[in-house]
Amino acid sequence: MNGSALLMREARLAGRSPQEALLPLAFFVLAAALFPLGIGPEPERLREIAPGVLWVGALLAALLSLHTLFDADHRSGALDQLLLPPRSGLPLVWAKLALHWLSHGLPLLLTAPLLALMFGLNAADLGLLLLTLLLGTPLLSLLGALAAALTLGLRHAALLNLLLVLPLAVPALIFGSGAVAAQQAGLPVQGHVSLLAALLLLGLLGLPPAIAAALRIAVAS
Amino acid sequence: MPLMHCKGKGAAIRHTGAAMPTQLLLEAQDLRVERSGRPLVEGLDLRLAAGDALWLRGRNGCGKSTLLRTLAGLRAPAAGRLTRHAPLRYLGHARGLRDELTVQEQFEFSAQLAGLRPDAAALRHFGLQRLARRPLRCLSAGQRQRAALAPLALPQQQATLWLLDEPFDALDPEGVQQLAELLQAHAAAGGAWVAVSHQAVPGLCAAERRLDA
Repeated sequence: MNGSALLMREARLAGRSPQEALLPLAFFVLAAALFPLGIGPEPERLREIAPGVLWVGALLAALLSLHTLFDADHRSGALDQLLLPPRSGLPLVWAKLALHWLSHGLPLLLTAPLLALMFGLNAADLGLLLLTLLLGTPLLSLLGALAAALTLGLRHAALLNLLLVLPLAVPALIFGSGAVAAQQAGLPVQGHVSLLAALLLLGLLGLPPAIAAALRIAVAS
Repeated sequence: MPLMHCKGKGAAIRHTGAAMPTQLLLEAQDLRVERSGRPLVEGLDLRLAAGDALWLRGRNGCGKSTLLRTLAGLRAPAAGRLTRHAPLRYLGHARGLRDELTVQEQFEFSAQLAGLRPDAAALRHFGLQRLARRPLRCLSAGQRQRAALAPLALPQQQATLWLLDEPFDALDPEGVQQLAELLQAHAAAGGAWVAVSHQAVPGLCAAERRLDA
C-alpha cells in the first residue's frame, strides 16, 4: 500500500478537526497549572513535584485523545476498505501512530518548557524532562493505540481504554519522572533513560503488529 | 449502451463468449457463516468466474451482508473453504467515506488504495465532477452513494471481483442506470460482481441466489 497516501490522508483528517489535538493540549496545560494553585507556591516543593506532574499530565492527555484513534474509520466503514485482504493493516497503523504523535505528542513536548518554567525547573532538569518525554510520548501513543484497537466498537470504550493503558504505562511513568527526580537528587540518570528507551524500542517492534491484529478482529466482529 | 439480454440459469450469468477460457475469481466450498454462534448460511457452494453476475437475495437478517463480508475476507467463515483468485473491491453497508474529506480527496485515496490511477472520468461517470470540491458531509444520501461507487468506474488492470452491499440504495433512476451500465460493462470485460439487494433492476441481467430458501 502507498504509505505517503495514507500519511497524506491522516494529515488531512487531523487538519480538518484541529480541536481533537488542541483539547488534550489545553487539558495538559490546565491540569499542570492547577498544581501550584492547589499545593502552594513554595519553589522547592514545586520543583520536586514537577517531573511527576508533567508526566502524569502527558499520560492523561494522551489517553484523552487516543481512545478515538480508530473510531471514525471504524464507524464509517473506511477501516473495512483499509484492511480488505490482501492488504496488511501495518501501514495504516504506522500512519496513524506517526500522525498521532505529530499532532498530539509533539505539541505536548513543545508546551512542556513553558510549564517547566512555571514549576521553576532549571535548564538541565528541563532538558532531561524533554528527553524522557521524547522517548515516552511515542510509547504512550503505541500503548493507547493498542487499547483503542482492542476496545474498538465496544460500549464504554473510553473507560476500558483507561483501565487498559494506565497499568501498562506505569513503567514509562516511573522511569520517565524518576530520571528527572534522580537528577534533582544528584543521582545517576542513565539507567532510567536507558530503560525508557528500551521500553520504547520494545513497543516499536512488538506493538504495531498487535495493533493491526486487534483491528482485524474488530472488523471481523 | 444497450443492456444485454439474460440467457441461461447457471450459478451466475456469464457474459463472456464460450470460446474464451473462463478465469475463476472466487471459489467457496461448503461454506458456513455464523453470527454470534448462530448459523446464518450453511453448505454454500459458490464459484464465480470471469463474466459472472449474481444477486444475493433473502429476507432481512438472513445473513446476506455477513456472507458478503465473509467472501470479502473481512470475517473468517465458521467452516468450509474459501479461495480468492482475483483482487476484490468491496462496498459495505457502511460506505467507507470520511465526512471530513472532499469528494475528490476521498476518490483519489480510494483509487490509490486499489492501486489505480485516479482518473477523473470515473467521477464524471456518476455525475460528480461539479461536487468534487465539496466535503462529503455536505452531500445528500444519493450523492454520497455515488461518491462511494465512483472508484468502481476506474479502468481496471485485471479481472476484479466486486462485492456490493445494496449498491442501488438511495440512487435516482439516472444513477441506477449509470450503475447498471457499469455492472454490465464490468462483467462483459471479464470481471464479476455479486450484489446484495432487495431492489429489482430492470434490464440488468444476473443470476439470483436466495439465501433463505
